[in-house]
Order: sequence, then structure tokens, then C-alpha cells
Amino acid sequence: MDRRKSLKVMVLGSVSTGVLLDACKTEDKKTVAGKPAVVKNTGEKHPGLMKEEVADLKEVNSYTYFTLHEMTTIGILADIIIPKDGVSGSATDAKVPDFIEFIVKDKPENKVPMRGGLQWLDMQCLNRYQNSFAECTTKQQMEMVDAIAWPKKAKPDMKQGVNFFNLMRNLTATGFYTSEIGIKDMGYVGNTPNQWNGVPDDVLKQYGLAYTPKELKECVSF
Amino acid sequence: MGNFQIKVQPKKYDAVIVGSGAGGGMAAYVLANAGLKVCLLEAGPNFNPAVDSKQLQNPWDSPRRGASTKYRPFGDFDGCYWGWEIDGEPYTNAKGSNWEWWRARMLGGRTNHWGRISLRFGPKDFKHKSIDGLGDDWPIGYEDVKPYYDKIDKLLGVFGTNEGLVDDPDGIFLPPPKPRLHELMIKKAATGIGVPVIPSRLSILTKKINDTRGQCFFCAQCGRSCKIFADFSSSSALVMPAIATGNVDLVVNAMVREVLTNKDGLATGVSYVNKEDMQEYQVMGRTVILGASACESARLLLNSKSQRHPNGLANSSDVVGHYLHDSTGADMGGIIPELFDRKRYNEDGVGGMHVYTPWWLDNKKLDFPRGYHIEYGGGFGMPLYGFQWGIENLNGTYKVKGKKKEAGGYGASLKEDYRYFFGSHVGMAGRGETVARYDNFCEIDPEVVDVYGIPVLRFNTKYSDYEIKQAKHMKETFSEILHSMGAVTTWGGDDGPEDNYGLHAPGNIIHEGGTIRMGNDPKKSPLNKWAQAHDCKNLFNVDGGQFVSQGDKNITWTILALSMRTSEYIVDQLKKNQI
Repeated sequence: MDRRKSLKVMVLGSVSTGVLLDACKTEDKKTVAGKPAVVKNTGEKHPGLMKEEVADLKEVNSYTYFTLHEMTTIGILADIIIPKDGVSGSATDAKVPDFIEFIVKDKPENKVPMRGGLQWLDMQCLNRYQNSFAECTTKQQMEMVDAIAWPKKAKPDMKQGVNFFNLMRNLTATGFYTSEIGIKDMGYVGNTPNQWNGVPDDVLKQYGLAYTPKELKECVSF
Repeated sequence: MGNFQIKVQPKKYDAVIVGSGAGGGMAAYVLANAGLKVCLLEAGPNFNPAVDSKQLQNPWDSPRRGASTKYRPFGDFDGCYWGWEIDGEPYTNAKGSNWEWWRARMLGGRTNHWGRISLRFGPKDFKHKSIDGLGDDWPIGYEDVKPYYDKIDKLLGVFGTNEGLVDDPDGIFLPPPKPRLHELMIKKAATGIGVPVIPSRLSILTKKINDTRGQCFFCAQCGRSCKIFADFSSSSALVMPAIATGNVDLVVNAMVREVLTNKDGLATGVSYVNKEDMQEYQVMGRTVILGASACESARLLLNSKSQRHPNGLANSSDVVGHYLHDSTGADMGGIIPELFDRKRYNEDGVGGMHVYTPWWLDNKKLDFPRGYHIEYGGGFGMPLYGFQWGIENLNGTYKVKGKKKEAGGYGASLKEDYRYFFGSHVGMAGRGETVARYDNFCEIDPEVVDVYGIPVLRFNTKYSDYEIKQAKHMKETFSEILHSMGAVTTWGGDDGPEDNYGLHAPGNIIHEGGTIRMGNDPKKSPLNKWAQAHDCKNLFNVDGGQFVSQGDKNITWTILALSMRTSEYIVDQLKKNQI
């Protein structure tokens, strides 16, 4: 890229011109597919956020919603749902409880179902085992979880617990699979500059598909 | 505020442009390059994709993992500021109306995140009344706009293929990307039941077209706005080059209140409030060009009352605000069992679909008058907030690695299920033409103002049987395609007459148009065929407001072509001292 031209374009932006200069440097090196001008952090704390978003974030982070006891219970449940296995770590390894604390404040419609669900769970355990869920033995905890983890075979009077566990499962999975550990586990390999050259040959073969001569002629190839 | 006063800018411009999206950005680009002095007003803050875009951030870089907020309804990584609601800027609906209004507030407007679907209107799209007696014909035809489509294809870049389809005209295309796996499956299945599937047409640069914009590197994140300008955004592709000419003064956070006129009824400039200091400013120009969005431009005209224009500027016809329409939308999705346990590879591709279905049937043989196209989605998307939500509805229904399992659950077995279903989803969405009608309109709400004291819009819109029957047909088609590709419908399959077959509320598809339509008869249309006000010859509209109808095509490419056409006309008229 012609540096003078790009600078001229950038001046109006009233923001750092360093970015495009970096872009030019990368392009000069002729790296794969015209590498992007990745801006890690320009020193600004929240690059690209509106001031309203920054204020909102500050508000959400200004207080703690769950008590220590609730957080302990969330951690135990999260690791029952996503334990460490041969492929990847556990939900707590991926800091899922912290994500849940944030997201219920960010999406407040989850506050009551989560707090109420945790309270419901403790009351059930108190009645059954004379302890809160967190203080039960592992065997008791799993017995309780088995009563609410299987929507189709759960007893009708466990419905509220099933709904809570569904929410807990969904929040845990979403928190885990959007973490660095979870993305690697899932095998999502995108989000990186590349040259799309179509479906790999062995995959085409596996599904009995092929590109037509028209597609091969017209489409961009690398 | 003891010292309330209006500050008048001493500089007089050739043009004052309101709005920096597709229409306003193009007008600024053409005028500035012709050497004219332009003041470009934008109601939101500055935005430079190279710095401000969240492209290539990882899911965990967002504390909410990409979940939506009211600031970014399409998710935390999306490139558009605001959307369905804006703090301090309400709008209202009359009883029985449910218009949903998307408003961007930023340099480049909503072009920072749109789908880049860039479809030319065909010859029939300009003359539909002559075909079926409904709505109105445009005062211009495809032959008038074609030269501009050709120019913007080259200037801005669009990929696609020439298929020789009469109503989906050929263009000057960059090569499209190869279809993804699920797209090959869709193509095979749909083609088998007579539904054509062709390469999509998106303004994304699969080849380099100039020195200021890069080449696509296939991250699928156009919606975040591209840092190397490899997709079309008004900010990066038009406004920045326009400012580089030295002929444009950009004013951001400027919320325009009204268009000012003189005793002869001509526009002299605009009055705006600076959102930062809440002070009132005026800027003067030889012409005023509105590109604030169809509804915002109509609101501005209706709020610009004067002795010469008692019911709003350019509104002697009483048509401003009327004929408001959006594309129709309905959708459906499912899973493809054949794709369970897929081999992993990077199939991000470009931002959006690589193939689509243009309208393929003859409405004369159907019970609804206008067509629709189909957009497709699916594959290995980046896991974000909501990822694999509702596994309990899936893992008990299908065998996982040959084993029948109980729905729900936990533990290592559940982790296996999540991996097993990844990348097997497919979805499709119809986008169709609404018949533009006088009785669908927006007007000034007599009772409500926004935080700047500007009277707000009240909407009155309702879909008719034409649109509802079209949605029904969409659903039937989707169901057939899904069935013939061996997919199982998991959402959108339960809609019926009770909910208009899943037809989205008007406005929801974000293709607003038609509020200030063009026409040869000043009694029936506010603008002439150059998008110049019949009542005020130095006032122009360059957004979706001027549209008489919008075919079953997304409207941005036509907004750009018409804005270029109008802008060249303005340059010519100004140079000849005709306005």
C-alpha cells in the first residue's frame, strides 16, 4: 500500500494513524492473504466502545450479585456438567462461574431463575439430607442432580428443578465453549486470516459431493 | 441555560448532507471529488473500522461472549452502534401498528454491519404496476440506473456470477468464493426440487481493487466491519476517501432538527443540536441533501414547517411519510444428521452466505403478487453466547456415535454430545417484496419529543394478505428444501395462520423505504425522477426514502446507484447555476 495515500485517508479518523502504518508493514512483507491490521490495544481501555457501553460495563462490574455460598454451589454444579475429561479441562478451569456472575447481571432476567433455583436446590437437600447442596456428600449431590438432570424421566414434582438445571447447563456450556479451553475442545479453527479454497477434497469425497466445472472456473481459487 | 443562542457557521457550503450511510456517503464522495465544498453531518460518533472494529477478537474477549445488548442488538462484536432502541430517542406506534425501527448512530451508519448482499433491481422491479396493477411504476427504469450499477460495481466491488437472469441482471463481478459443505448440500437438494441456487452477490473484495482497500482474508466477520476495508462500508469506502480530497467538513454527533428555508421556499441549510454540548448550530449550503434513512429523512421534512411549507417541507402532496415499506421476512432451520460428527476445518469463508436463491417463480400462477429470494446459513460458526443452548432437545432425539441416550444429562458424555452436533445446523430466510401502500406510513407524533426536543415519529403499518400469503409460500418452500436434504426442522416449523406464518413485523428486516417517493406527478410524489423535491429545487433525497418500491432485492446497492446518479445531477446543476 502506498503509505502516503493511506495516511491521507486516515488523518480524518482523528484516531491513531499507527494502525494503517502497521498494515502497510505487514503487506510489504507479503504475508498470507493480506494480513489484517490487527489492533491489539491502542492504549485506550475500551477501543471502539461507545461511552454508553463503557458506563454500562462499569455499572455491571460495580457490585457482586452471588454470595460466596451461591458461587460455591455454582462451581460444583458447573464441574458436574462440564468435568475434566480426556480432551479438555473443567468448567471451573475455564472460569465459568465468573462468567455466570457477569452474565446474570448483564442479562438480569436470569437473576431470579438462578437465585431461586439455587435456593430451591438447597431446600430440597435440607429436606433430604439435612444439609445445603454444597455441604452434601458427593454421593448425595449426584443423587440430587440425577433427580433434575434428565428432563424426560424426571418426576413431575421435580419440574422446577429441571428448569433450573437446564438453565445451569446452558449457561455452563455457553460459558465453557466460548472460553479458550472450550473453543479448542470444540475444534473451532476459524477466526484467523486464511485463503478459503473450498471444502477439502477428502470431505467432499466423504459426502459424495463435488464442485461443478462452472464453480471451479468462476470461483476464486488459491 | 442562561446563554442559549444559535451558533451560525460562517462558511457557506455547496452542499449540506445529512447522514453518512450509503446514500449520504456516496453523495459526499461524488460531490467532493467534483471539487464542491461539502458539510457532512452525522448524528452519531466517529467510527474508523481500522481501529474501532472488533474483527478477529476471540469470544472470551467479550465479557458477555458476544451476547447482544441494547447498544448492539446483533451482538457485542457487531459493528453497529445502537439499533432497535436509542437512549433518549423514542418513537411510537399507533394502535394496531407494530413497526420495528432500526437506527444506527455512527459514521457510516448501518453499512458498518449490513449483510453486504448487493442485488441490482431488475427491469420489472421498476415497473411493477404495469405488470400486476398494484402499487406504482417508478418514473425511471432499469436502463436509467444500469450505468450507475456498473460504476459502483467497479468503484466499490461486488462478487457474483453472470447468470443471464432477466430480473437479476448481470453485473461487473469479482469471483465468488466456493460454496461451503452445507451450501453444496442445499444446492443439490434445492435444485432437485426446482429451486435454483446460484453464487451470492456480496460487496466483499475477493480480489484487490485499489490501493486503499485490502483483499478479503475469509474470517466471516463483515458484520464487525473490516479493519482492512475489504468489505463495503460507507465509512471506509466512501467517507474517508471523500474527506481525503480536502473538500469535506465532517461534523459528528450532530442531530439535525430541521431544514431551513428562505422566503422563496428554497432550502438554505439545516439546524442541528450538537449532542456533546447540547447547543444549537446552523450550517448553510446551496443545496441540502437528505440521507438520514427513509424514516429519519421523512421526519426531518415533516418537522421543517414554514409559511411556504405549512405541513412540512416538500410535502404539498401530503405524501411524505407514506408508502413506507420494508422487505418481508420469514425463516426456518434445522439440523442435518448426515453432518453429525463432522471433520473439523476452517470454513469461515466470507461474512455471509456463498450461495443464494433468486426469485424463480411466476406470480401470475400464485396467490400473492410479488416474489422473494432465499438466504442461507449454517456450518461451523464461531461459538458465541447461546452456543448449543438447548442440548436437552437434541441429545435424546438422535443417537450419538451409535448410542441412544437420555435427553439432558451432564458430564463427559454430555461433552461428547456437544462436539457431536457442532456444525450440523442449517437455516434459511426469505426476503420478499411488500406492495408499497399509501396507508402504511409514519407521521409526527403530536405528543412526544426526544431528548433534544425534536418531535418523534409515530408509525402506522400493517401487512396485508399479499405479504402473509407470500410468507406461507416461503415456509412451504423451506420445509421442502430441508426435507429433501435430509434435514430435520428444529425451529420455525410451527408457524401458521395464527402468527401470519412467522412473517416478521414490518421494519424488522431493516430495509425501510418509500417515505419520500419519486414520481412525475407532484401531487402524488414529493420528489421528481432525480430525487429532487418538486416543491424545493435545491433539496434532494439519497436514502431509501425516494424508493417507489424495492423488489425482492436488498436495497443498499440501489441506494448507492441512485445516490451517485442524483449527486452527478447536482454537480451538473450547480455548475450550470440551475440551483
